[in-house]
Amino acid sequence: MAKNALSKREEKRTDVALPEQTRSSAVTYTPRCDILETADELTVYADLPGVQPGDVDVRFENGELAIHAKCPPRHEDVHYLTYEYGIGDFYRAFAINEAIDSDKITAELKHGVLTVHLPKSEAVKPKKIAVKAQ
Amino acid sequence: MLMTRWQPYTSLWDELNRFQEEMNRLFDSFGLRDGSWPTFAVAYPAVNVWEDDEHVYAEAELPGMELDDLEIYVTGGNQLTIKGERKQPAVNQGVWHRQERGFGSFSRLISLPVDVDADKVEARLCNGVLTITMPKSETAKPRKIAVKTE
Repeated sequence: MAKNALSKREEKRTDVALPEQTRSSAVTYTPRCDILETADELTVYADLPGVQPGDVDVRFENGELAIHAKCPPRHEDVHYLTYEYGIGDFYRAFAINEAIDSDKITAELKHGVLTVHLPKSEAVKPKKIAVKAQ
Repeated sequence: MLMTRWQPYTSLWDELNRFQEEMNRLFDSFGLRDGSWPTFAVAYPAVNVWEDDEHVYAEAELPGMELDDLEIYVTGGNQLTIKGERKQPAVNQGVWHRQERGFGSFSRLISLPVDVDADKVEARLCNGVLTITMPKSETAKPRKIAVKTE
């Protein structure tokens, strides 16, 4: 009885902000990554299966590269006969020691693989010094 | 407090089973229903299978692959095969700091719970997720039986 009265009163209060469901899933997965360093840049590859291109957030801040990808559940109320992997958001961060030209960082997502190009800043790129003959 | 008495002559297996049951009950109390945690895949790729009245669905995460790299077929009515090769992008210079992603050929055979129509199997690869839709064969579909009243 008291509970009913309370819920009715709450229904009326539409102006009150309700707690927002900010995460679609409770589990966050760590994606598998490869990191390749060449003379010009660092390249990070991350497997993000099921992630839409608009749902990836790549940030480079204070020498840390953070990858956060949203992956909402693809099927609701499904009774699995075989359940070998879960679906959820991805998160991974790396500390980057190299001097990176942060304005020139690019990232692309293709077939569920994220590729982040981190070009090295000019100051740290190896320079070939010409030796003059006298 | 445990209400069971310590019985020195019960085997270690009984004790372990009891421990497992305790653990299961502990997880149940957190609201984690049976089947809400994935079981470890025995082979690559990991596959989720589910069904509705008309179809059986199989889904696998295959990032970085295209449909041309895959071979999917159903044999014997209910044996699903997923075959393929994930090729590593050619790199001719540089140093790998981390290599966690796997590459190479794979093949997985999955026994489906019912027979499916092998000619009407559809496969879709979207953002690195493979979804296979297999219509159940007519004999495997659930039938509603009308109950007559006399």
